[in-house]
Amino acid sequence: MFVSLNWLKNYVDIDQLTPEDLAERITKSGIEVEGIERFAQASTNVVVGYVESCEKHPDADKLNLCQVNVGEETLQIVCGAPNIAEGQKVAVAKPGAVLPGNFKIKKAKLRGVESNGMICSLQELGVEEKYVPKEYATGIFVFPEDTEVGADATDVLNLDYIIIELGLTPNRSDALSMLGVAYEVAAILDVPIRLPQTSLRHSDEVAEDHVSVRVEAPEVNPYYGALVVRDVKVGPAPLWMRNYLMAAGIRPINNVVDITNYVLLEYGQPLHAFDYDKFGSNEVVVRKASEGEKIVTLDDVERTLSAEHLVITNGKEPVALAGVMGGADSEVSDTTTNVLLEAAYFDGQTVRKASKAFDLRSEASNRFEKGVDPNRVREAGVRACQLLSEYAGATVLSGVVEFDQMDYSEKKVTIWTDKINDRLGTSISSDEIADILRKLHFNFEQDGETFVVSAPTRRQDIVIFEDMVEEVARIYGYDNLPFTLPQGGTQAGGLTKAQELKRHVKRFLEGAGLSETVTYSLTSKERAEQFVSPEVKEATVSTVSLAMPMSEEHSTLRVSILPEMLTSAAYNLARKQADVAYYELGSIFITDEEKVTRQPEEKLRLAGALTGQWLTHPWQQEKKPVDFFVAKGILEALFASLKVDVTYKQAKIDNMHPGRTAQIFVGDRKIGFVGQVHPATQKAYGLKETYVFDVDFDYLLEIHHNEPSFAVIPRFPSVSRDIALVVDETVPAGAVQAVIAEAGGDLVKDIQVFDVYQGEHLEAGKKSIAFSLFYQDPERTLTDEEVEASYQAILAEVAKHFGAELRG
Amino acid sequence: MKEQLQALEQEALAKVEAASTLQELQDVRVAYLGKKGPITEVLRGMGKLSAEERPVIGELANTVRGNIANAIDEKKAGIEAEQLEKQLAEEQIDVTLPGRPVAVGGPHLLTSIVEEIEDLFIGLGFEIKEGPEVETDYYNFEALNLPKGHPARDMQDSFYITEELLLRTHTSPVQARTMNALEDKRPVKMICPGKVYRRDTDDATHSHQFTQIEGLYVDKNVRMSDLKGVLDRFAKQMFGEDREIRLRPSFFPFTEPSVEMDISCKVCNGKGCSVCKGTGWIEILGAGMVHPRVLEMAGYDPKEYSGFAFGMGPERIAMLKYGVDDIRHFYTNDLRFLKQYHQA
Ligand SMILES: [Zn+2]
Repeated sequence: MFVSLNWLKNYVDIDQLTPEDLAERITKSGIEVEGIERFAQASTNVVVGYVESCEKHPDADKLNLCQVNVGEETLQIVCGAPNIAEGQKVAVAKPGAVLPGNFKIKKAKLRGVESNGMICSLQELGVEEKYVPKEYATGIFVFPEDTEVGADATDVLNLDYIIIELGLTPNRSDALSMLGVAYEVAAILDVPIRLPQTSLRHSDEVAEDHVSVRVEAPEVNPYYGALVVRDVKVGPAPLWMRNYLMAAGIRPINNVVDITNYVLLEYGQPLHAFDYDKFGSNEVVVRKASEGEKIVTLDDVERTLSAEHLVITNGKEPVALAGVMGGADSEVSDTTTNVLLEAAYFDGQTVRKASKAFDLRSEASNRFEKGVDPNRVREAGVRACQLLSEYAGATVLSGVVEFDQMDYSEKKVTIWTDKINDRLGTSISSDEIADILRKLHFNFEQDGETFVVSAPTRRQDIVIFEDMVEEVARIYGYDNLPFTLPQGGTQAGGLTKAQELKRHVKRFLEGAGLSETVTYSLTSKERAEQFVSPEVKEATVSTVSLAMPMSEEHSTLRVSILPEMLTSAAYNLARKQADVAYYELGSIFITDEEKVTRQPEEKLRLAGALTGQWLTHPWQQEKKPVDFFVAKGILEALFASLKVDVTYKQAKIDNMHPGRTAQIFVGDRKIGFVGQVHPATQKAYGLKETYVFDVDFDYLLEIHHNEPSFAVIPRFPSVSRDIALVVDETVPAGAVQAVIAEAGGDLVKDIQVFDVYQGEHLEAGKKSIAFSLFYQDPERTLTDEEVEASYQAILAEVAKHFGAELRG
Repeated sequence: MKEQLQALEQEALAKVEAASTLQELQDVRVAYLGKKGPITEVLRGMGKLSAEERPVIGELANTVRGNIANAIDEKKAGIEAEQLEKQLAEEQIDVTLPGRPVAVGGPHLLTSIVEEIEDLFIGLGFEIKEGPEVETDYYNFEALNLPKGHPARDMQDSFYITEELLLRTHTSPVQARTMNALEDKRPVKMICPGKVYRRDTDDATHSHQFTQIEGLYVDKNVRMSDLKGVLDRFAKQMFGEDREIRLRPSFFPFTEPSVEMDISCKVCNGKGCSVCKGTGWIEILGAGMVHPRVLEMAGYDPKEYSGFAFGMGPERIAMLKYGVDDIRHFYTNDLRFLKQYHQA
């Protein structure tokens, strides 16, 4: 809402404050002032001039040579405006004038003829083109005939308006009117308010003889008032009114339309003017549209209606879409003489449905949607008639023809001084509360510390006690509230075990060299089907997609963190950041329904991606590119830190390198995978060799038990034995290790692979794997016989399982 | 015999003196002090001596041995020190060459901000709660006093999946879920950080996905001045002890009264500048006293309980605190951005 301070001054005295101070007071009390603007930048030395004569320039067809009386002198001015004519009163920038944009006016010669100034358009005086009345849009502005010659033109135009822009929250629709803003400012500054006087001289003719009103949908149209005016002279509205409209961002059209817009801004009540003679009947019937019914609105677009839309009809066909837009047929034009004026209350939701369906949001629909003041509807109609009679020469027929089932009652809200103070933490007295209510112009009955407040109908936001707490607090001043800390019982805040573990894992991976990412949860349908870990795939029936995505890129909820993470990695690669090491801990979304009806399951996954060099030390010529074992090593250390035992098995997973991917298990449970991205997928993402992992973090949380414990530091020495086994090259080391662990018994505390060999010293198709075995008994020193027995048992078992032989 | 021993001593000491390696010293030791050495040889002839001479010569022999041994030890220490000196000189490196880089990662800036805020509120006795990102219409809107048809829950503003399911537009539903889940309706003091989603076209100041931290305190006799006190603590810890806060009336369907909290502009100290658009204040968060309908729907009697709630955006806080100029930086994961915030 744009509020011109010049206009506001008509209702409240604000001269004691600077615009900035006023803006701050308004902001602090409840409505945010989003900006203070000057409607047009100041011009100097621009006066009203009278065009005494206007002739063609001798050497230029499009220019005119004008003699312009500017009061104390007559200036010869060359003017190129198409609408210049003898007898006009115009704005003249005299030599030495400065126009907005620091445009300085000097004496000049135009095609050999002396020109002593410039005749100005509104745009040249700083008015935005979209607000300039159409008839002046391509030429100079013409003052009314009675304007005084020689007067300061910017004063007459009143263009040095200061406008404050209010950012209204949805509850404060009362401030969508100048009067609403005036009430607010009056309460804040504690100054009186002056309301417009709507005295009216009626003719003897009675409106009821010329129109009838019938409402068939009173639940969405509880009040409809029809007023009739005769003998309207359509023409420009008075200059001051046009200026007010322009300052509020509305382009002046003609006096009839401008008056309805002026009242809309003043009262917050939208009105509609029909050409009475083109209305098509003398009965107004308001009803729900029938399905498929059509209306051509005054923007000349045919609209197909449905049963949820409300229409004004002439008893036969729609003439207006209620609260949204009038019909083209009954539009007021230059030839209109009789006007049927509508002042009505339309239900907000009904108006919203129509304005949304046809994308016709307007000043009017906006106000109906937010709710207009029931007690101002009729009055606004009367106010418009008064202005039509004053500024359009109209004769107002007597009476308002109306349908009226409106609830005019004021809501009663009871408040208590002590309860207000309890809620605010203040000690405001009952007298102060009474004073605040008086400033707000709220009626109330006081009984000691109890107030029964009648919330005025303009303030539809006030319904319950808490609403009044806010009213009292904001006028009392939020700055005056004390600072306290909660006095309730102290409770120890803290992280849950799971939250602590999440932080542990993050710090661990960061210490291991990974940078945390935050990627989008919404991805493309195609990417949502990539890198799906087998255990996720088993639990998923379909992906979860938005009903109305903004783009295909962000249409589907992720089933893996990896696709968006790899997109980020590729983003870095494209910017010469070739070494990427990422992790992310976040939710994926899976559903067991073909078509989603319930909330999808949200599973926490821990994912990572690594590409480029893992270690580089240039001057020592050391380079270690990321490989499978870098990624796996990070996971192994993480699992060790979480005390989780996992196993790895070769696996084929979508979008992964078939030979370089391991599925991860805890016992028989699948918990994720680690491996290289499939070269084809790497290429599609714009990546080089990239390794990723994706782990079920919920399951890790579930099985993790961080019981404090202490393992005795062994007092007896450990014994180590090495064993090199020759097996078929297809036998996985992990499988051999598992058999060794099983066969070796409890005394084997650790098994480490220290060499893998394949080559000329071995038979083709064979490989040798060398393990170090560490034996220990916490209770005593081991004997050679015990170790030897275990060693032999291991040899027997690996021979049985894999045909393994000791390497000679 | 005496002369013989003294001559041997002189001869040995001269050889010790002349030795330049540990091996030569060892040779001297073996030659003069070994079991087959000349001193032992001399002592073997002691039997021919008189009873008076024998102890004198014995003592002299021991002295000679001792002197030779000492000289050898001394010389040895000298040679060893010399060798070490030489070795150290050879081992010198150029300490100005760069060290081997250590792979260093770190948390995302949003995580750092969220954890900082979490820790701050944990210190004030708050717990941390989490909730689903795909919410029901009921919890996202209705339970927060946004009934169906309310303008603030426009389909155009939210990512709906079905008519009843959508990506949460704020983390406030976690409040309602937490209160609902408490059978005994005891006081609640919680914050809930998380991802939220709105139908915004991504640009420098909008992101279809962003982060929110919602806070809630419900108890008997919670006052608006408590909200002001807690927010003041928050602002001072987060932005500096010299920051002032100001509350302005605002509107949210789930709080009444509702406020916006501003902090005094750090750039101009409240005098007004381009950062604060001349007002001296910068908007940080929205808050208010929990609406009685919200309490009621969660099973708390609004006659008995009151509370406050607040909601803030870590992206906005990060942008203000670190001068990040484009919200998209938080989601492109450019390492040049991420690594700026890995230092303590
Ligand atoms: Zn500033």
